[in-house]
Formats: sequence, C-alpha cells, structure tokens
Amino acid sequence: MNEPLFSLKNRWFTIAVAAVAAIAAIAAAIGFLWVPRAHARDAMTSLWESICSAAGAPAPYRNPGLPEDKAIYPTSVIVSSEFTGPIDNVSVGRGATLALQCSMCHGARGTASAGTNAPHLAGQPPSSTYKQLRDFKSGHRPSVVMQPLATNLSDQDMRDLAAFYSQQQRETLVGHAGIRIEVPRIVSNGSPMRNVGACATCHSPGVARVATPILDGLPAVYITDQLKAFKAGRRANDINQQMRNAAHALTDEEIDVLARYYASR
Amino acid sequence: MFSKDSRQLVLAHFWVAFIAFFAALLLGEWHMVIRSPLLDWIGNPELYYRSVTAHGSAMGYVFPTLVAMGFGYAIVELSLKQALVGRRWAWTGFILVMLGTVIAMVPVALGKASVLYTFYPPLIAHAAYYIGVVLVVVGSWIWVALMSVNLRAWKKAHPGEAVPLPMFANVAGAYLWAWTSVGAAVEILFLILPVALGFKSTIDAGLARVFFSWTLHAIVYFWLMPAYIAFYTLVPRAIGGRLYSDVMGRISFILFLVFSMPIGIHHLFQDPQVGAGVKFLHAVFTAMVSVPTLLTVFTITASVEIAGRLRGGTGALGWVKALPWHNPMMLAVAFSFILLGFGGAGGLINMSYQLDFAVHNTQWITGHFHLIFAGAIVIMYFAVAYDLWPHLTGRALVHGGMMKAQLWLWFVGMIILTFPWHVVGVMGMPRRMAYFDYTNPEIAPQAITVTLSAIGGLLLVISGVLFLLVLLRGHRSGIVDLPEFRFSQPVHAPGRLPAALNSYALWLALMIGLSLVNYGYPIAQLVALKQTSVPAVPIGGTP
Repeated sequence: MNEPLFSLKNRWFTIAVAAVAAIAAIAAAIGFLWVPRAHARDAMTSLWESICSAAGAPAPYRNPGLPEDKAIYPTSVIVSSEFTGPIDNVSVGRGATLALQCSMCHGARGTASAGTNAPHLAGQPPSSTYKQLRDFKSGHRPSVVMQPLATNLSDQDMRDLAAFYSQQQRETLVGHAGIRIEVPRIVSNGSPMRNVGACATCHSPGVARVATPILDGLPAVYITDQLKAFKAGRRANDINQQMRNAAHALTDEEIDVLARYYASR
Repeated sequence: MFSKDSRQLVLAHFWVAFIAFFAALLLGEWHMVIRSPLLDWIGNPELYYRSVTAHGSAMGYVFPTLVAMGFGYAIVELSLKQALVGRRWAWTGFILVMLGTVIAMVPVALGKASVLYTFYPPLIAHAAYYIGVVLVVVGSWIWVALMSVNLRAWKKAHPGEAVPLPMFANVAGAYLWAWTSVGAAVEILFLILPVALGFKSTIDAGLARVFFSWTLHAIVYFWLMPAYIAFYTLVPRAIGGRLYSDVMGRISFILFLVFSMPIGIHHLFQDPQVGAGVKFLHAVFTAMVSVPTLLTVFTITASVEIAGRLRGGTGALGWVKALPWHNPMMLAVAFSFILLGFGGAGGLINMSYQLDFAVHNTQWITGHFHLIFAGAIVIMYFAVAYDLWPHLTGRALVHGGMMKAQLWLWFVGMIILTFPWHVVGVMGMPRRMAYFDYTNPEIAPQAITVTLSAIGGLLLVISGVLFLLVLLRGHRSGIVDLPEFRFSQPVHAPGRLPAALNSYALWLALMIGLSLVNYGYPIAQLVALKQTSVPAVPIGGTP
C-alpha cells in the first residue's frame, strides 16, 4: 500500500503508461503516416506534407517555380461562365493574323499536321484556349516552347486567338476515320470506387463546359504526356486540382487506353 | 449511518432532478407530436428550437448532474460510514445549480436562447443562458471538491484500507466530470461570452466546436457513472447475489477515467477544421472506451448468475429463470443491458469514420443517444431512486406493481421511440428539424415512423407520471424500521489493494496526458490560425 506509485518498480505504473503510450503511438502511426500515404492524392506530396495534412494544418498547393504571390494559385485566370464574352468578327479577324505565327505546329487553321504531336486548336472552346495562353504567360503552366511565345501576347491578343480558333473546323486526318475504339468505361462511367469521375461529364463536345478542352482527335502522345504530368503534379494549372485528382488514380494502362481512344475520334 | 440533514440534502437534489426531468420529458413528447403527421404544423419553427433547447439543457445538464451529486452525497455517508464533511458547501452547490437553472431557463423560455444545449456557435444566445449554465457547472465543481475532501478525510482515518468500491467509483466520476467540463467552460468563458456580452461580433466557431467536443463525449460517461455504480454496488445485493469481482469494478472505472476524455472529436468527423489523422486517433480511443463497458457487462452478468444459482437455478440457462424477476432492480438491470446493447452497437457504427458518413446528423444519432442515456442510464436512475427512497424518507416504498409497470413502460416506450428513429435516420431524415411536409412523396414513407416514435414518447410520459407517483406515495406510506443500508458484497473481499487501485494520481495523470496528446495539436493549431472567425448570429433579434 505504501509502495511509490510513480516509480519504474511499480508494475501498475509501467504497464499502464506503456499500454496507453503504445495504443496512442500505433493509432498515430496509422492515422498520420500509413493512411495519408496510402491516400496521397498528389504524388508530389512529401512525407512531411502528408503528416501536416492529416494533422489538419492548412497548406495550399505551392508551385515552387513561381514567385510567392502566384505560387499559391493554380492559375491567375478567374474562370466563370462566359468570361471570354461573345465572339465578334473583328476579333476573329485579328486572331487569324496573329495565328500565322502558330501555324508551324498547330496548322494553318488550327489542325496540327500529323507528326508534330501538338494539340489541335480548331473548334476548341474560346475559354479553354484563352485560359491556357494566360497560364503559359504567367508560368502557371510551364512549357519551354509556349512560354516565350505567349510572353509578348496582350490580353486582347489571347482573346482574339481563342476566338479565331473556336470558329475553325477540325480537319479529320486521312486514314484516321475508319478506326473506331469502343468507349472505355472510365470515359462513360469513371471509376467511383477510386473517386474518378467520368471523363465525358466534362470533356464531351455536347457538354460545352467553360475552360474545358474537347479531347476528340488530340494526338495520343499529347494526351499521354498531359495525363502523366497531371498525375505527377508537374502540370498544376487545374482549378481545385480537378485533373490532378482524376489522373492520380489512373494506371499507365488506362492512360494509354484513354489516349488511343481520344486520338481515334 | 445516514443523518437527517444529509437525507434532506439528497432528497432535495433528487426531487429537483426529477421535476426537471419530467418537465423536459413533456417537451420531448411535444416535439415528437408536432413533427409527426398527427397534428398540424405549429407554424413557427422558433418555438420548436426553444423547446429543444430547454429539453436538452434540462436533460443534459440539470437532471444527471443533480442525480450524480445527490447519489454522491448519499454514497459518502452510506459507504464511508462517516458524516458528510462540508454540508454547508453542499447546500451552496445545490443552490448554485438551482439558481443557474433558473437564470438559464428564463432566456430560453423568452425565445432569446434557442441555441440547443450544444450551443452551436456562431449562434449566440442571451448571455444569461450561458451564465446560468456556468453556475450549474460551478455548483457541480463544489460537489467534486467535496467528494475529494470526504475521501481524504476517510483515508486519514483509515490508513492503508481499501476505499469502498461505491466511493472509489463515485470519486472517479467526480474527477472525470471536473476535467471534462473544462472544455465547455473554456468555450463559454473565452469564446462565447465575450460575444454574448457584446465585446466582440465574430466568433471562431470551429475552435469553439473543438472545445465543446472535449466536454460533449465524456459528459455521457459522467451521466453513466451513477448507473454503473448501481450495477456494481446495488444490483448484486438487491437481487440476492454477490459482486463477481470488486477489482474488475475498479479497473472499469479507472479505464473510464483514462479513455472517456480524449475521444470527443468523433463528434466532429464531418467538421473540416480537424485533420483526418486526429479524427482517426480519436476513433481508436473511442473503440477503447468500449472495453470498460464490456468488462462491466461481463462482471455484472456473472454477478447476476451467482444470484440465480444461489436461488437454486441450475444448468446453462436455468439460472436465468430462477432470478427474482418480480424485483424492480432485476427488471431495471435487464432492461438497461438490452438498451445498452442496442445503443452500444449503434455507437460502434457512429465511431467508425466511414460508417458515420451515412448517419451523421440524421435522426439515427438522436436514436443512439436516447438509447444510451434516456434508456440504459435513466432506467438505472429510477432503480437507484427506488432503492434509496426508503432510506431517504424512512418510509416503505410499497407499490411494487406500479414500479414494475413503470419500468416496463419505460423500456418498451424507449424502444418504440428510438428504433423508428434509427430506421428513418438511415432513410436520411435529418435531426433538429422542426417540420416535415409529409405530402411530399419523397418523404411520405417516413411519416409512419414519426407517428410510431410519438406513440413511444407517450408511453414514456405515462411511465414518467408513474415514477413520480411512486416516489410521492413513498413520502406518505407507513414509517418502517429499516436495517442498515448495505452495498453489494464481492465474492472475494478486496483486502489490501495495490496503490494504483486505491488512488487516482496515476490515472488522472494519464487522463490529462492523453487529453493533451489528443487535443493539444488541434486546439493549438486552431488558436494560431488567423482569419477563422465568422460573424455571430444572435438569437431573438431580427434575422
């Protein structure tokens, strides 16, 4: 009865403290290390970042290649419906002139020639082309080719280019039309168990979502590159991590299937 | 020994508790009737939330606190067999609780404090409501101090002896309450009152909710303590058996002390301001708190089996038939365990992060805590009152049939009330709703479940009336000469105990340490975070 309570010789003390500490340590290891690592949405997340996120420390995404004030935002464009405004003919005409300097890769009327692997711009929603040009210029979408080209464009130039390309018809390449690939499930249904939405909910010509490109006919190499860049976090100009979240859960095989499917259309 | 002064003290606590309970019970039934398709809609949702606030505040703060306090004072005299030290302080505490109740209930009745008993900042009630709640808590802190002082006095007079189990558990409950009430006290004093008194116009609602969760779960274990003390120290004696293990009882109460505190964030599973890792940590310790309950179920069932076998029951289940089923205590413990079983199973679902998504903030949750508190716990409060009443009044409590009818009605009523709530919760009915339009085909199928719950509530009201009648008649029946009050005897008397099982220092250190581990980071982070306050929403003003 008179034995000291807080003493290593008291088995009640040592066992009780060790048991409680062990439960806490195991629970913390699962809750702060194992589960966050297993669930890490963004492959760029470091161990320390995932611990902080599990602890609830708010940490906005930071793009290390950008100055501090820009780094916390995925883009400097505020996207809203109709933010590019109505298309007028003057704008399209100016855009046609400006587009001459793009024709080397993106084709004379916005359809890239085979082998360049550049995306076609013909028929893309103006909001999509405009946002990407802004992101190239600001550095939110890094590209050694596009960034220097976009640097000298004014805001109106970008709007005009976007307007011009939106009015063009995509030219279907010869010998391409016959191949029809069945719609992959990930396009039509997504993968609900992995929290991947159906691609077609946004990327479908009939949907016309703002700032969302149409993927039909884009080169397979380009689609593969972009999905892998989203997956790895190298490309991070998607608002609310929409594309990074979706691409993170995709396997390489799925990316391959998606690229071939969209390229075939 | 049970001095006349102390008996008056305990009776005062119990009567105020039971009157508050009955008033809140009537409000509860009114909620069910106006939400059901039986009556037309009252037209003003504010009346409903006003009433829910009164129901929750009376049932959550006033009723169980007074029962625990009164029972605690009785335990001091009955188990330690010494006069209560600090009786004047005890009356002061009682008056503070009464005063606090009145001060809190006036703004509630006037519609100036319809924030529900869980406060829900950024809703801000009239300051008097919070001041009243603080007074209730301060009154109960006097009780905590008195329990500690009385135990110390006894230990001084009985060096080296084992503290009687009822007192050991009672003081564990008091310490648990002292520490768990700190969360709500901090929330009120530092976050809510400055806004309610007009010094500030914004409030950090996320931080306030974290502080409230500190209190919100362990408060249930404080409510539970009198019921568990009755399981261990009244039930075996009342049914003619013996307590299977005194040490198991001590370990259960110790485990409650350590584990019931640092788990409250499971109430915030859907709150964005707390990290998922912290939530997981709390979920694990929530699972741990089922251990003392399972130990208790085992020990008490074993004790009941002893009684059954002493009464001549044989075979694997023959002892169940031999139990004294005419005895109200026997009925109460059986009903309590059944309700605890259903409520506990639901609780395991609620504490599982993913499953909680399906039921969070639905009527399921209301069903869960009514099963545990209003079912398993309150039915034992009835049993405690029945058991103590003759010793408090000096008169016989003769209406055995009425007591049994009362317990049966409470048990059946509670099941009819809460089972439909679970069903309708899974169907998606949100809790805290004043009104449902059952003509909408989407929710028309839910109407029948609400009607069922209203019928269950009606049975509970009848049971409540019977309960008060039994106690009132107990004051008017013949005077009896009672043998000395006894608590249950264990199979093996504890003799000399290791210091760890006869004192609290180690367990209090673990309780506080674990609370700091589990709550330290979320609180520190939310305190440090800038720009987290939102405009307060005063109640009772123009919206």
